[in-house]
Amino acid sequence: MSEPIISARLSKDFQRNIMERFIEFALLCSAAFAVFITSAIVYVLVSEAIPFFQHVSIYEFLTDTVWTPNYSIKHYGILPLISGTLTTTFIALLVAVPLGTITAIYLSEFASHKVRETVKPILELLVGVPTVVFGYFALMLVTPLLQKIYPDLTTFNMLGPGIVMGVMIVPYIASLAEDSMRAVPMAMREGAYAMGATRFQTSVRVITPAAISGIVAAYILAISRAVGETMIVAIAAGQQPNFTFNPVESAATITSYIVSVALGDLEHGGIGYQSIFAAGLTLLVMTLLLNILGHMTRKKFAERY
Amino acid sequence: MAVNQKKPSALKDLNLIRTMIRQHKRNDLIFAGLGMFVIASLTITLIILFLDLVLDGYPKFTLDFFSNFPSRRAARAGILSAWVGSSLVLIVTFIVAVPLGIAAGIYLEEYSKKGWLSDIIEINVSNLAGVPSIIYGLLALGLFVYSFGLGQSILTAGLTLALLMLPIVIVSTREAIRAIPVQIREAAYAVGATKWQVVLNHVVQYSYGGILTGVIIGMARAIGETAPLITIGALTFIAFLPPSPVTIDPPFINLDWLNAGFTVLPIQMFNWISRPQHAFHINAAATGAVIIILTVLMNGVAIKLRYNIRKKIKW
Repeated sequence: MSEPIISARLSKDFQRNIMERFIEFALLCSAAFAVFITSAIVYVLVSEAIPFFQHVSIYEFLTDTVWTPNYSIKHYGILPLISGTLTTTFIALLVAVPLGTITAIYLSEFASHKVRETVKPILELLVGVPTVVFGYFALMLVTPLLQKIYPDLTTFNMLGPGIVMGVMIVPYIASLAEDSMRAVPMAMREGAYAMGATRFQTSVRVITPAAISGIVAAYILAISRAVGETMIVAIAAGQQPNFTFNPVESAATITSYIVSVALGDLEHGGIGYQSIFAAGLTLLVMTLLLNILGHMTRKKFAERY
Repeated sequence: MAVNQKKPSALKDLNLIRTMIRQHKRNDLIFAGLGMFVIASLTITLIILFLDLVLDGYPKFTLDFFSNFPSRRAARAGILSAWVGSSLVLIVTFIVAVPLGIAAGIYLEEYSKKGWLSDIIEINVSNLAGVPSIIYGLLALGLFVYSFGLGQSILTAGLTLALLMLPIVIVSTREAIRAIPVQIREAAYAVGATKWQVVLNHVVQYSYGGILTGVIIGMARAIGETAPLITIGALTFIAFLPPSPVTIDPPFINLDWLNAGFTVLPIQMFNWISRPQHAFHINAAATGAVIIILTVLMNGVAIKLRYNIRKKIKW
């Protein structure tokens, strides 16, 4: 009886297969790490916010209009932080939506190839500017400029940072909206041109309606970006919670409240410490809803043509 | 009779149409002008802001500024501890985020089969990219600082920024890999390569440039990231350096720096902005100019790299 001759090669294959399996498993673990991060975020925020909500009822949290967790008379109403967040976001959108949409339409429908290839990198550079630098601009440049027009404006206000934040998110809206406009099939443009439409008519009446889901998704994602923006408002909007929608007043946003608390000495496990997790949880819920809405809008109409 | 009546009205219609066409052409021009104006003003704003920073901070561009610790006196204050801190934090971030991100990207593009598991992972990755950076700071505060007991250290900061950077690396790895045609893989399989050999020796090799682009953009973002590091409780006034990573005595490598306190460039800048004295604002401007030059350079390299890849490789 002789031994089979193939065994040497087979055993090598066996080794190879084990190695392959091992590598695949390691790669899977890396990918699953993303799931771990998400769960960790939710776990940490919820587990630190639960003791907060044992102390403060959810009703009080959502309806009280004063937020002073670190003062001697404590009030825990998130509304002042939300009003600050919404006001700065709204100003940012007033700036970013028109500018971003015009830029997108221009780049997608009007600009020559060469212009597009030059402008897009510039917009990308604008995205790369760190937000702390934008905050410096808001406080040192934009607010003094606005004070010349409107002398009663305080040093810290929501208008300046809102405008700067708007400039910051123009590139997001422009590039997302442009992507969805470029995805509109050429035949639709040619159809419009064949009927004698001008470029402007084509853009407004054919391309924009066809790409509307992508454009709206761009707006929604931009809102989410503005809601979560931290440094600009922390530097230039003041850090005092103030229940107001008046843009010339100073106010704190959810994010700048977290920063102002983190800058001070904070006892681990105290109510002030827990309050930033409750604020963070509110912020996460807001941005998560916006992101889901944005992705759904984009998906829902994605395959119409 | 009918013909006679129609003639003047046809002429009128023609004139109406001509006016309409002229109007529409004018609208076209107006919009083209508006578009150019918006883009030009955005660009000019960017340039003015940048020049303003550089001009404000210009008096501080001396060697002393880079070799001095922060000080209570603005004139003597420098960014030594800040740039050393930024570099060390970024080393940790790089070591953690890059291998993990590339591995995750490879798994999602090459290995994952359609199913609930890959769906969940995909949804998570795209969600993580949309989570505000300050939330990562809260995660790090609860998890790294208190649960793992790592304190307000360079290690904590590096890990925090790594989490932030991860989605960027994953997404760019996937895009780079997706651009490689299936024939490359089939050719490698045909000569008996295993899946991992195909991935490592072919797919990753050819998508190298695209992956690098994502890594550079991610690192540029990590340099400027402030909010999450403030949230973990980074100190704003650090007048010492962490222990040196390299020692003269064996074993030559010292890991104590991982546990050291730190500050980074954007936090130093933030600290100086918050002070009332104008002299500190000049320091802040100079620091801002350093940050912006670094990020613009890195982003510029990344954009150029991507442009070259797009131009060079035609599959």
